[in-house]
Amino acid sequence: MLRRTLLATAAAASMALTGAAMADGHEKTKACFVYVGPIGDGGWTYQHHQGALAVQEEFGDKVEIAYQESVPEGADAERVLTQMALSGCNIIFTTSFGYMDATNAVAAKFPDIKFEHATGYKREHPNVSTYDARFYEGRAVVGHIAGRMTKTNKIGYIASFPIPEVIQGINSYFHHAKKANPDVELVVTWVYTWFDPAKEADAARAMIDQGVDVITAHTDSTAPLAEAAKEGGKVIGFGQASDMAGFMTNDDGTPGPRVASIIDNWNPYYIKRVKAVMDGTWEQGASWAGMPEGEVVIGEMTDVIPADVQAEVNEMIAAITAGTYHPFTGPINKQDGSAWLADGEVADDGTLAGMKFYIEGITGDIPQ
Amino acid sequence: MDLSAISPTLLIAFLMVAATPILLAAIGELVVEKAGVLNLGVEGMMITGAICGFAVAVETGSPVLGFIAAAIGGAILSMIFGVLTQFFLTNQVATGLALTLFGLGLSSLLGQSYVGIKPPGTAKIDIPVLSDILVAGPILFNHDWMVYFTLALVVAIWWVLKFSRMGLIIRAVGENHDAAHALGYKVVRVRLMAIAFGGACAGLGGGYLSLIRVPQWTDGMTAGAGWIALAIVVFASWKPLRVLLGAYLFGGVTILQLNLQAAGLAIPVEYLSMSPYVITIVVLVIMSAPRKGRASLAAPACLGRAFHASS
Repeated sequence: MLRRTLLATAAAASMALTGAAMADGHEKTKACFVYVGPIGDGGWTYQHHQGALAVQEEFGDKVEIAYQESVPEGADAERVLTQMALSGCNIIFTTSFGYMDATNAVAAKFPDIKFEHATGYKREHPNVSTYDARFYEGRAVVGHIAGRMTKTNKIGYIASFPIPEVIQGINSYFHHAKKANPDVELVVTWVYTWFDPAKEADAARAMIDQGVDVITAHTDSTAPLAEAAKEGGKVIGFGQASDMAGFMTNDDGTPGPRVASIIDNWNPYYIKRVKAVMDGTWEQGASWAGMPEGEVVIGEMTDVIPADVQAEVNEMIAAITAGTYHPFTGPINKQDGSAWLADGEVADDGTLAGMKFYIEGITGDIPQ
Repeated sequence: MDLSAISPTLLIAFLMVAATPILLAAIGELVVEKAGVLNLGVEGMMITGAICGFAVAVETGSPVLGFIAAAIGGAILSMIFGVLTQFFLTNQVATGLALTLFGLGLSSLLGQSYVGIKPPGTAKIDIPVLSDILVAGPILFNHDWMVYFTLALVVAIWWVLKFSRMGLIIRAVGENHDAAHALGYKVVRVRLMAIAFGGACAGLGGGYLSLIRVPQWTDGMTAGAGWIALAIVVFASWKPLRVLLGAYLFGGVTILQLNLQAAGLAIPVEYLSMSPYVITIVVLVIMSAPRKGRASLAAPACLGRAFHASS
């Protein structure tokens, strides 16, 4: 009897405590972020963290930010997400494609918490949204630069995983390089990692040794640019995900390998979604914004790029931003020569989001 | 596919650079094992060397000081292993594994504020006339000084182990520590020095990764190189010049894999990625197959056994 009373008292006390914590939680919204690499990677994760900091700055004391770095894609992600959900997060951003299944699995267990998954396509529960940026718009711009700048007519692409987002990038990059320079040839190297500087550097080196003189990376570190810098100006590359302005000039003052960059700017989206949670207006959605919304930005071009090329690039950026030019505008054929887009036809989002084929002129196969 | 795009000259030159970290770590571990100690903490010592070297090079602006710090960092970490196994007679396998885990965690902690920084560059030694020779030039005369230092170190260790009195003592301690003790050699002292040397070499290997090969600091950047170094020592059946061969073979397969891919070879990427490890297993199986007349692996007889003067 006595024991039962004790238990009841304990239960009541703990309920009171939870109640207090919840009341407190409503005053302060907690936004949590899961990162695939370290925030100091200088690329992808760094930009997401900038977005998190922007949220903090926008709302000040009203929000609390929590994040975890270098979370592997796989079983570990589910554990981290569950832990975050239990620690009182109101909205959780999972910032890599490989968190897709983990995000949906954890979302099923915590229907009151909002989940936002970057670059994925699965929204199995009403509390899961997806968001992505039209990186292929940026790839189109750097592809044009690559086509105009290459002297060996061989351009390289360090690819991470064979997922639609990466294939869109490869196709867009090649399509615009080819338009600028019909003789251009594309070399794709798959490294099967988002972040492994040693491997990224090795891949860049292998391509440079084979005569590639413009390198684009779809991985997160600055290592490919560091490798290109060793060639003393003969090889150029682009900042990826972040500006990577540190590679604009070398230590000795000569122009560095980074001639432009594709910057992911997540700040507007993160601020908008956290605000929606605070106001109670959050709804499931699938955001896919690009240059017009300011989510994809081209970083400052260096003087290594001639003025006439810069003018062409600026024109292209203006056209994409205004919505008058879509990077995938026909005529474009698939790799096997069959027709994909007729003259003037524009690719629809559904095809792009599930893109699993190369366009005509790219050699090699997409790994299965 | 266009295999002619692969230049054998550049491939070999690239391979020498790629193999240098594992070569350094493996040659150090070889000396340790020759003295009869099995230190499985190579990975931990490498990564500690990588961050110590990186941090000092960034703070002082001197890559040479960085490499010295990398060697010292690796050696200090190895002394934890040395004290535990030589004085407290702990199990060498377990202590070595613990050292790897400890090194990975420690380096991550030390490296917190060094992520995303560029280290000072190490220039290649460009010998004006020699480096322009058609094939031999890029292979032999156009590397950074660490590549040459490593090659010289391998030859020096081969000579010391085979011809010098010091080498004889190290081997005696490794083959039969009781006999060496009976002859008046300080078994524990010799082993501690070998462990420190092995730690310094592993640290240098790590420093080469973070200062020249990548060059950047990232958590866990050795990515298993220490384990490959351990395998190479067995593969080489404890012979220094074979360690060189093994390191180049491993470095070569990794590099060739990326080159074949860039040349558009139609083999699925996954097979190419696993090839270095498949080759290791095959080689180890062949090497360890029993042969008549002599011990097949030629491992030092006292490898991994604890020594105490009372026994």
